[in-house]
Amino acid sequence: MAAISADNHGLRLAVRYAVLILIAIIFVFPLVFMLMSSLKPDQQLLQDTASLRAFLPVGDISLANYSAAFDRAPVTLFIFNSVVVTGITVVLSLLVCSMAAFAFVFIGWRGREFLLTVILATLIVPFETIAIPLLLIASKLPSIGLDGLSTGWLNSYHVQIVPFIADGLTVFLFVQYFKDLPSELIEAARVEGASWPQIYRRIVMPLAGPVLATAAILKFLAMYNQYLWPLMVVQEEGYRPVMVGLQYFFQQNVAWGEVMAYLSMITVPVLAFYLYLQRAFIASIASTGVKG
Amino acid sequence: MSSKFQRSNRAGWVMAGPAAVLIAGFVILPFFFAIALSFTNQRLISPNPTEFVGLANYRQLLGMAVLTVDPVTDDAGQVVMKDGAPEYPSLRSLTRNNPDYPHLQGMREWSSFDWGQSRVYILARDVVFLTAIVNTFIFVIIVAPVQAGLALGLALLINQRMRGINIFRAFYFMPVVVSIVVVSLLWRFIYDGDSGLLNNLLGAISFGAIPPVDWLGNPSTALGAIIAMSIWQAVGFHMVIWLSGLQTISPTLYEAGAIEGASKWQTFRYITWPGLRNTAVLVLIVITMQAFALFAQIDVMTNGGPLDSTQTIVFQAIERGYGKQDISGGSAISVILFVIVLSISLIQRWLTRERT
Amino acid sequence: MTQMKWLAGAALAAAAWSGAAQAQTTLTMWYHGAGNEVEAKIVDQIIADFNASQTDWKVEMQSFPQAAYNDSVVAGALAGNLPDILDVDGPVMPNWAWSGYMQPLQIDEAAIANFLPGPKGYWNGQLYSIGLWDAAVALVTRQSYLDELGLRTPTLDQPWTKDEFMAALEAAKASGKFEYAFDPGMAWTGEWYPYAFSPFLQSFGGDIVDRTTYKTAEGVLNGDAAIAFGEWWQGLFANGYAQAAQDPADRDSGFAAGKYAFSWNGNWAAMNTLSQFPDTVFLPAPDFGNGPKIGAASWQFGVSASSQHPEGASAFIQFALQDKYLAAFSNGIGLIPPTATAAAMTDNYKEGGPMAVFYDLTKAQALVRPVTPGYVVQAKVFEKALADIANGADVAATLDAAVDEINADIEKNGGYGH
Repeated sequence: MAAISADNHGLRLAVRYAVLILIAIIFVFPLVFMLMSSLKPDQQLLQDTASLRAFLPVGDISLANYSAAFDRAPVTLFIFNSVVVTGITVVLSLLVCSMAAFAFVFIGWRGREFLLTVILATLIVPFETIAIPLLLIASKLPSIGLDGLSTGWLNSYHVQIVPFIADGLTVFLFVQYFKDLPSELIEAARVEGASWPQIYRRIVMPLAGPVLATAAILKFLAMYNQYLWPLMVVQEEGYRPVMVGLQYFFQQNVAWGEVMAYLSMITVPVLAFYLYLQRAFIASIASTGVKG
Repeated sequence: MSSKFQRSNRAGWVMAGPAAVLIAGFVILPFFFAIALSFTNQRLISPNPTEFVGLANYRQLLGMAVLTVDPVTDDAGQVVMKDGAPEYPSLRSLTRNNPDYPHLQGMREWSSFDWGQSRVYILARDVVFLTAIVNTFIFVIIVAPVQAGLALGLALLINQRMRGINIFRAFYFMPVVVSIVVVSLLWRFIYDGDSGLLNNLLGAISFGAIPPVDWLGNPSTALGAIIAMSIWQAVGFHMVIWLSGLQTISPTLYEAGAIEGASKWQTFRYITWPGLRNTAVLVLIVITMQAFALFAQIDVMTNGGPLDSTQTIVFQAIERGYGKQDISGGSAISVILFVIVLSISLIQRWLTRERT
Repeated sequence: MTQMKWLAGAALAAAAWSGAAQAQTTLTMWYHGAGNEVEAKIVDQIIADFNASQTDWKVEMQSFPQAAYNDSVVAGALAGNLPDILDVDGPVMPNWAWSGYMQPLQIDEAAIANFLPGPKGYWNGQLYSIGLWDAAVALVTRQSYLDELGLRTPTLDQPWTKDEFMAALEAAKASGKFEYAFDPGMAWTGEWYPYAFSPFLQSFGGDIVDRTTYKTAEGVLNGDAAIAFGEWWQGLFANGYAQAAQDPADRDSGFAAGKYAFSWNGNWAAMNTLSQFPDTVFLPAPDFGNGPKIGAASWQFGVSASSQHPEGASAFIQFALQDKYLAAFSNGIGLIPPTATAAAMTDNYKEGGPMAVFYDLTKAQALVRPVTPGYVVQAKVFEKALADIANGADVAATLDAAVDEINADIEKNGGYGH
């Protein structure tokens, strides 16, 4: 009896892993294709797409595409710019939006309902449709720099950051999550005389690990993949981010190997960020535990 | 519940203030700007003065008409037959420079059907835009439930205690971390009509019985191909949202369920699903919004073609506003999209309202 | 951390540099060649030479990837932030000039008297832009293909007629040697369509817009000639001579891989093809009834309307027009030098050079795209119409719709100043 159920258990486990692995293959194969292609010369890369060789490091393998990509464009600079802009925006966004969501969920105040509705409605506005008016606004904003007061936010990091700190989606993520938190905790803290900022900092945010991770990765992706806006407001190469940099590789005859190498390189920071978040995310769940 | 909302106007405004100010300045203000533009003839580039044109942009986009055409008759009043069917005057002769039908000038056929002896044409001023609306709706209607459902399935699958489960979680999430532009570029190779991976795979599985299909070049498969790729790309993201929802369900509830001897389905139905309520609203709304904003895939893969089979609302807004320098027309499309999505999310909210 | 230091160092160096060069007035310049190393090198050389050649001006360049360039300029103009010198694609120039982005060049007409017509950008009778090269398109094939298929080699004096061209395609198709007989370049969406395909329409006797008034497309884009063109165009795909949905990689390397018998391609790709097949020949465009035509005009330099120093900007542009630079561009990226003297200095375009035929082609067949600010929109409309027709859309209805859209746009823009 015991032997049979152990066998059964082993078989079921094997099936489970088989399913998990099959699904994993479906999700990963284009990325394997990208990585492998980045190692191949153009001619071979294109021929290999017709067979399983597309996923294997076979043939004339080298890092030549990577060095060629560095010759063609300042890859490190682009990645650096994107990481700076994205990193700062994510941190500020989490702070500003979680505070707002806290106010919407836990505090009663005049204008709360109206404001939340308006902010949620902004979710619907695709960025592309407000880009031109936004450009006109950004080009009139004052800025204080080393050379004193001037107008126009073009060619800077802040023009790529500030407009994106607060957005409806991030607020919405926090609001939905906060609604699930036990309100007794907040009430108890109020009774004990804690101020709102104290409750935000000491009680709510320590419980917000999962939503922080979700909001952070979503914001990270949105910012890292910015194309239209930096194209409009950045004319100096020094501030250019990765997605605009991608266009350097689309010349008359596209060097697909270099494209794949560049794509592989710009994907690494995002993957690293996610893996880091996933660890932090699991740690935060393990540490808070008490929920619901 | 009410105790949650202890009043404090100052604290509320102070904490919500930064987000409110930023959103007002960088989203709402420019959007009002865009609404205003949609009532003018503003061009992206032009030395001409801006003029107020009322609803002209909207009429141009949404204008429709119905035209009933009788068959051509000969001098004797007999219907002229051609290839066994009555012959109708060409639509072109009616809608172009025809003084009898000035209101139809420039309209095109959207669809037509026969009604007795007559043929009924539904004409539209902007066939491409109407096609874009229909395509967008098809996309949303398929992507929203399929993606949400698959993502929930994955989340449940991945939410078990198994060795190495984190690795799988990371793998499933991987398409999300790759930019949609990059993904679209990669999938162009997969969907390629001659030497594409998909065709080779299908050919190999079926021992050559399935002939190669030009997935993106064929009007009947292009939108489907883009739908499949879009689901593949974003499903991992919604899996993570579902997961964070699953994590908020107290383990004690599951323990209680186990003690009661609940089956797997019962556990899901009565413990998991009710616990995912807010998450479900979130996932559905986020997917719907993202689906309505469909643009990058189209821009990289098909440019709206072949034969308008992948035109979408946002692609049209951008194609006009930037490509054709018609910023007022593009803004009008944005406003129409806003109204559509707002109505849908109000309905969604009403359907998912808390019945207390 | 090292990155930070490096940036700080670069900033300091830049500051020191600008301090040292105080005597010269800085002129900013935008250029579309980011990512193209060969091109960048030549432009950098011209700038360095110019800056060293005099003490009044110092040109500083920002380069942009080509695909993002036009949008960047428009955004820059909307934000009131244009450079002194910018480069502009020839057919787009009237749009920018009309919009007040550019001002006429202050260049001595004598300096460009011997230029091919294509690189000279005129709008409203004034010179707004000038190109350091021109580009041309030819029907690319191999002498061995022509011999095997038993085809007459067409010449500038005696180009193929429509029937001869179609017979050639039929012969190539019947030979069974090729995947497709003809590669028009369908994968190159964008400006390639009007640039490469509208000359076919013009050779049929139609056009994108009526060039006598520039106020309507009625009758020229949907007249009998245009419909004949549309039917012919659709037939190319319907009869299997060409592929409507082409893989971009096939466009880049399909001819070299032997997939196509004939490729409609530009001279910028010619050097690659020649190195692949030494017997490559570049044939003139077929004559579809109204003379053989190819497109003209490529990227050109101009001065922005907001420039405070148009005389300096013009001085730079005039400096760049020296034959040695024209020849350098030609040698570097295979473009056509705009003067005969520069052509003589190049490897490919000198008398008897392998690509000299392009110079003659441009001289004999080139027709600029419609010179109107509306061209930017008209090009997009035309592109979509051709893609739709290739995919099987009704020819007359599609061309009618294109006409309506073009006319509505012209009206919305108050006639574009014509």
